[in-house]
Amino acid sequence: MKLKNWKELALGSVIPEAGNADTYNTGSWRTFRPERVEENCINCLFCWVYCPDSSVIVKDEKMSGFDYEHCKGCGICEHQCPGKKGNKAIKMVEEGK
Amino acid sequence: MGKLQAVTGNQAVAEAMRQINPDVCAAYPITPSTDIMQRFSQFVADGKVDTELVTVESEHSAMSACIGAVAAGGRVMNATSSQGLALMWEMLHIAAGDRLPIVLALVNRALSAPLNIHGDHSDGMGARDCGWIQLYSENGQEAYDNTIQAVRIAEHEDVRLPAMVCQDGFIISHSIESMEYLDDKVVKDFVGQFKPTHPLLDIDNPVTYGPLVLPDYYMEFKVAQDRAIMNAKKVTLDVAKEFEKISGRSYGLFEDYKLDGAEIVLVVLNSAAGTAKDVIDEYRSKGIKAGLLKPRLFRPFPSAEVAETLKDAKAIAVLDRADSYGGFGPLYMEIAAAMMTNGSKPTLINKIYGLGGRDFFPENAAATLDELKEIAETGKVKNHKEYIGYRG
Repeated sequence: MKLKNWKELALGSVIPEAGNADTYNTGSWRTFRPERVEENCINCLFCWVYCPDSSVIVKDEKMSGFDYEHCKGCGICEHQCPGKKGNKAIKMVEEGK
Repeated sequence: MGKLQAVTGNQAVAEAMRQINPDVCAAYPITPSTDIMQRFSQFVADGKVDTELVTVESEHSAMSACIGAVAAGGRVMNATSSQGLALMWEMLHIAAGDRLPIVLALVNRALSAPLNIHGDHSDGMGARDCGWIQLYSENGQEAYDNTIQAVRIAEHEDVRLPAMVCQDGFIISHSIESMEYLDDKVVKDFVGQFKPTHPLLDIDNPVTYGPLVLPDYYMEFKVAQDRAIMNAKKVTLDVAKEFEKISGRSYGLFEDYKLDGAEIVLVVLNSAAGTAKDVIDEYRSKGIKAGLLKPRLFRPFPSAEVAETLKDAKAIAVLDRADSYGGFGPLYMEIAAAMMTNGSKPTLINKIYGLGGRDFFPENAAATLDELKEIAETGKVKNHKEYIGYRG
């Protein structure tokens, strides 16, 4: 990506485009990735509520996976997941393993 | 012509603020600036202005509220002194970096410790590097005129930076002098409507203020900020020209007083310049080629213009009402750096005077001029920097 020069920038570091955090892929920051264990998921959507990066994908009111382009691997989803009978539906797995 | 009045410096600035009629003011009292916002709050209570007056719990909050209000899209003003400005310090940088044109009346007062409420420039000079435009004022008339002009300079599209208008605490802020007010309509037309650049209240065009900017972009924003403050030099002169048309009073980047052919020169800010000018007159009448330069615009500092004006002087004394402890006074450093830009090398000495409101007497100016005369004749300097007007 070509970086802008000083004359091309908005005054005082203002960001004039709303929602442009979407173009910043923070997924590369991750050392642990969340993985879904579908049989333990009760679709409570706690993970969707708590995810600070809006990286839990919900389709038809059901949990359907993660946006790994933006997920930073914080693990809040795993922590909040009630699972089924004590078995979590989200597990953090070290990247590269 | 406007109306002639006998008023204090603070009264004059409060009157300028009434005429400017800002959208928002955030106030926290501190001597000797309290009087400005106290008078202004009376204007608010009496319905003489449309201003939303926000009372806050500290100067840090006052400046924060100002930043929020100007980012929202309003014309914003404030007043403070000394510790108040010091407490605003981190927010001053944010106002400048976010390019928000707030106008602040700074009534110069010494910084603690020891605790003191009287006039010196340690507060303003301490905020020298915060990215604000600084205009210094010799008397109430200049404080009033500078306040009105500061609005236009700060808000100019080539600048968009906050500005502080400085006057000496008590010496000017609480002393009554005769001065002239402009008519309300003349001031209203002169300052015009505030034009926000990215107002937060424009909800159809949402923007983000104050994002994290990493090494890949930080320098670019700082280059833009430096260009903007340097633009303030030309804008200050343009605004002064327009102001002269409505007031008959002319302003430059600095005042040159009897500098034609001057061999020995005093450089001094604010009220002490008034005292020193009388002594310059006396020396001129004795045939001694003495002159005075009183900077008005301290940030941006007009280095090239000052150097050109002082290039033929033989000896210059820079009088500082603040010190950079362990270094030279802040005004001295500016003049010394300026004189290096055109290669002229008059001998420079630095005097620290008037700290904590200590009076600056004509004899202080005379003693300094005598020393300069000797330096000009012999080329010998006894002290490059020394305090004057103290016991022992």
